[in-house]
Amino acid sequence: MVDGIEMTETQKKTRRRRSIAIAIVLAALVVVFYVSTIVKFGPAILDRPF
Amino acid sequence: MAITGEIEGMKGSEIGLSEADPADFFALMKPRVMSLVVFTAFVGMMIAPGTVHPFLGVVSILCIAIGGGASGALNMWYEADIDAKMSRTAKRPIPAGRVTRDEALTFALVLAALSVLTLGTLVNWLSAALLAFTIFFYAVVYTIWLKRSTPQNIVIGGAAGALPPMIGWSCVTGSVSLESIVLFLIIFLWTPPHFWALALFKLKDYGVAEVPMMPNVAGVKSTKRQIVAYAVATAIVGVLPYLMGYASPAYGVIATALGLGFVWNAIKVYRMAEDDTVMKPAKSLFKFSLLYLFAVFATLLVDGTIARFGA
Repeated sequence: MVDGIEMTETQKKTRRRRSIAIAIVLAALVVVFYVSTIVKFGPAILDRPF
Repeated sequence: MAITGEIEGMKGSEIGLSEADPADFFALMKPRVMSLVVFTAFVGMMIAPGTVHPFLGVVSILCIAIGGGASGALNMWYEADIDAKMSRTAKRPIPAGRVTRDEALTFALVLAALSVLTLGTLVNWLSAALLAFTIFFYAVVYTIWLKRSTPQNIVIGGAAGALPPMIGWSCVTGSVSLESIVLFLIIFLWTPPHFWALALFKLKDYGVAEVPMMPNVAGVKSTKRQIVAYAVATAIVGVLPYLMGYASPAYGVIATALGLGFVWNAIKVYRMAEDDTVMKPAKSLFKFSLLYLFAVFATLLVDGTIARFGA
């Protein structure tokens, strides 16, 4: 929060909602890239040296 | 972080901190237009020869939808002044004061970059290039350049709205082909009669906003003539998927019937009296045009699904 600035209730509420929305979108992006990587590797994902 | 100087100790309302809700940002993406983009892109993917992993298919549609949303947000960023003047658009987030123009521009550019780069990285770069071109065409060529300078604005600008099925097709095939160009042409030719029907009964709005739509530049009579011409062209191109052999005779029959309905509605607009202020035929054509496009693509989808899985 920015010190010295008093936010109105509406501003606090909408900022919280925007933060939640951004968090959801970022989490979704992580899932999308994770699953897509596995899908694009295909069965080859298991081909690795031990 | 403390803010020093004049604004220290001020209330949030005094320095104009954002009160935008996530729903306002979603509205910037023009969800109704986005739904049409998603639907036509999905049909393009489903009737394209070949397959794509279902998850990557969903990612493709998501990227196309978000790219479409970015175009919508860029359009609202640039057109906030016009939107404030027209009854249809005055309640949009920017003219209503809920989102600032800077916020909208940042939001749009982030979405545009994210959708294009994700599509390129995870699906293929031809589709990403087509999506980038669509966003550029809609935001720069149509919104910034053509819309305020020529009555041919939506004829040329319609290309942006017509690209999604081609992008959907290229997500599967990695190429552009004649079949996908026909899908493009159906929407491209459909756009002018659809928007000119709207422009006829919203003539005053566009006049107030000083947007050179065909009716208030070339006149109502010329617009009506052109509506019929484009409706006929749309009806003919609408049957091409059957004539070119990638849709069934059943599609051919349905597309022909829908095309005749489209042309018939256009003729009713042509016959509309000069002093008709209610403009019922124009409103009917506008509604029918939406039904036409939805029905043609829905039939293609059912047809393609039966051909793929039913046999």
